[in-house]
Amino acid sequence: MYEHDVVVVGAGGAGLRAAIAADEAGADVAIVSKLHPVRSHTGAAEGGINAALRDADSWEDHAYDTMKGSDYLGDAPAIETLCQNSPYEVIQLEHWGMAFSREDDGRVSQRPFGGLSFPRTTYAGAETGHHLLHTMYEQVVKRGIEVYDEWHVLDLAVTDEERPEDRHCHGVVGYDVASGEVSGFKARDGVILATGGPGQAFDHTTNAVSCTGDGQAMAYRAGVPLEDMEFIQFHPTTLPSTGVLISEGVRGEGGILYNADGERFMFEHGYANNDGELASRDVVSRAELTEVNEGRGIEDEYVHLDMRHLGEERITDRLENILHLAEDFEGADGLDEPMPVKPGQHYAMGGLETDENGETCVGGLYAAGECACASVHGANRLGGNALPELIVFGKRAGYHAAGKEMEPAEIETGQRGEFERATVDSPVELGDPGSFGDAVADGGAVAASGSADADSVLDSTVEQARQRIDTLLHSDGIHHSEVRADVQETMTAKVNVFREENGLKEALREIRQAREEYENVAVSDPSQTFNTDLLQTIETRNLLDLAEAITVGALARDEFRGAHWRAEHQERKDDEWLKHTLLSWNDGSPELWFRPVVLEGEEKTYKPKTRSY
Amino acid sequence: MSTHPPQQQSEEPAAEQSTDSAATESDHHHDHAAEPRRDVGDQTDETEHEPDANEDTREIKVFRYDPEVEAKQEPRFDTFHVPFTKGMTVLDAVIYARDQFDPSLTFRHSCRQAVCGSDAFFVNGQQRLGCKTQLSELEEPVRIEPLPHQDVVKDLVVDMEHFYEEMEAVDPYFDPDETPDGELEEQRQSRANREKVKMSTRCIWCGACFSSCNIAAGDNEYLGPAALNKAYRFAMDEREGDSKTQDRLETIEQEHGVWRCQTQFSCTNVCPKDIPLTEHIQELKREAVKKNLKFW
Repeated sequence: MYEHDVVVVGAGGAGLRAAIAADEAGADVAIVSKLHPVRSHTGAAEGGINAALRDADSWEDHAYDTMKGSDYLGDAPAIETLCQNSPYEVIQLEHWGMAFSREDDGRVSQRPFGGLSFPRTTYAGAETGHHLLHTMYEQVVKRGIEVYDEWHVLDLAVTDEERPEDRHCHGVVGYDVASGEVSGFKARDGVILATGGPGQAFDHTTNAVSCTGDGQAMAYRAGVPLEDMEFIQFHPTTLPSTGVLISEGVRGEGGILYNADGERFMFEHGYANNDGELASRDVVSRAELTEVNEGRGIEDEYVHLDMRHLGEERITDRLENILHLAEDFEGADGLDEPMPVKPGQHYAMGGLETDENGETCVGGLYAAGECACASVHGANRLGGNALPELIVFGKRAGYHAAGKEMEPAEIETGQRGEFERATVDSPVELGDPGSFGDAVADGGAVAASGSADADSVLDSTVEQARQRIDTLLHSDGIHHSEVRADVQETMTAKVNVFREENGLKEALREIRQAREEYENVAVSDPSQTFNTDLLQTIETRNLLDLAEAITVGALARDEFRGAHWRAEHQERKDDEWLKHTLLSWNDGSPELWFRPVVLEGEEKTYKPKTRSY
Repeated sequence: MSTHPPQQQSEEPAAEQSTDSAATESDHHHDHAAEPRRDVGDQTDETEHEPDANEDTREIKVFRYDPEVEAKQEPRFDTFHVPFTKGMTVLDAVIYARDQFDPSLTFRHSCRQAVCGSDAFFVNGQQRLGCKTQLSELEEPVRIEPLPHQDVVKDLVVDMEHFYEEMEAVDPYFDPDETPDGELEEQRQSRANREKVKMSTRCIWCGACFSSCNIAAGDNEYLGPAALNKAYRFAMDEREGDSKTQDRLETIEQEHGVWRCQTQFSCTNVCPKDIPLTEHIQELKREAVKKNLKFW
């Protein structure tokens, strides 16, 4: 067994920032990640980091834009924390040497982004995430922080009291990819999940193959509620054949969207008469698909994004990476022709319920970054707001876990304070298909009994993980990839940009069927060495839980808010729905409940207004 | 260091291996046609049938080795016939082969868009990223091997530890003498200086350059092109102080540093991010001379 004060799971932007903060606060911290840190998906972020750095800008304006972008489903304390701290965190990165794009006077450049009232997006070319990730990993190396890379975390060691709010997380179970060793990682002070989003639940996604929502699924099964999972962002400009992202920076710099008739449809068809291409992402994605559905798409599939008029010099200076991506992955020369684009799954606004300090309702368990939901993004995330979330909340979680004194959070977690229980009209039974307690099928249930001491909780969780692996390796059955492919197809077909009640119910039936099929999976590779077959099989189980949670939330929320569009419910229902959707895993069965959104900020209350661009 | 698995005796260099591998192939030829097998129970069954003549398939030959699995302890090449679709990459092809024919086929991959640097393979005799290499541009059969000059862990997975050690041996972090007092005050950098280091900051640590370098293959302690490029990134940054720059130059001009480079340009040729690695190494040599450091 390994032992540290703080164990950070995941080594993308949030995980690295959390580890640096915990180290600064004096904790013995270790990072455990299924990938080497520089392989993390933060590296694929292109556009930038929003921060109110200039005199003409203010954190209050950033907060207002973010709240409006969230369609009034973000919690004000989280949004204000983000916007107040982002400038300090951006300059911290700058002091760590990050290669920001610069103005003539040597200060960092900022550019306009969708939904922003001021050009406040700092960036490093069109590869901001790459620079952020590498700069932060450099700091981890400098500090000598221990990294267990290619250690895949299989489960969390959490006690099993009746109420999740009484449980405590004592560590994690890791699997060494190179050797097959299964070992406990005891965390004396806290475990921080920074494991990213569940993008692989969809088959057309900008997300990496590794984005399987492992941390979300493990914590969900251990009692942490999943919040607002129905809010999935579909990025309007992804390459049709691969899902590779074309940064919003292209539109920020002046790129224009055209339909097959050569119309600048954002204006000409009235989708966003003021902001046009720079309207919020959900607005642009729906506009594109509407164009395609009404017969004005190119090859009935996509629209064109044209940046040729920006000129070679500007494109090469600020968007060079886009030229390479379009060429390598779509065979399009962005200097010479418009690039084909269509909406693709990009980001999950929802995630593990946390407060502004990254704490979940389970003691000693934190979450930060895309896997968490504080909630900053509400129903829709603005471009340029994901990277600041990583560094602001990663740092706060790191500090808090390491015991640094911080202001108490205002956001409530778990079933405490004001909340209401609810039900969803599902056509099938949800959750585990009847084999709860079976280590394979339930993905590792809560292993401990009562408030056992840390070591015995860890030991029993490790033992359960070993049994699960043993069973998977020594049985015959179907291969997980077909189960995964079925779920991905279902989600893209039925839980996409446009959602209909019948389609959502059909999706729940198909997910149920996939869960039943998963009962029969087996791993054919018997090896202890780099057994990716085994690990992907385990990831697929995580995707099943998350696909179901996304769909349940989508069915429950019968309104149209932000990224969540319902055919039968075409208006935002503020009287009924200014509340978060929460889903708790209750003995293998998802339980739905709601909590009111917090619109009261530090000095003002945000009043829901019509969201137009 | 060898291209081959640790226990293997063969000294066959990577370049030869790519032109003639009949010896390794003939005894252990496993042929998988384009007929998906979805059950995992019959994993050791070999399917030897020809691909459907009506289907447009591509033939790939993939290096296989697993130190633990008896049938794979002796390195071999497996042949797969993968249905071809427009835009298909080498990574797409091995994913198809894994998911449809042999789930034990093992390789690193993640982002699929040339930023995570996980999937550098030796494809038809050259280091390339699987995800950004179009199958249509390659001669058939397409040979896919692990990166030469690194120990093979399993199939296409190599041990990256040595590469990481070299990367971390050059103090790979920004280290200015001082930072501005104000928490919100920037440490300004000229556009020209940012431009100068820009290409060097694009490195994704894929290891293609290191694997392509004959010097690194012969000198186990040679820092190699990627680490030297990392040193360049900081040594050329105007925001670091003179004494730190001097330290950096001393690090890179030591016995296993820049003077080992024989300007063969193999690193520059294979770099998937188009980083002018050889040029950067040459510039470091010039800087070292200017600073009056000794030669090796």
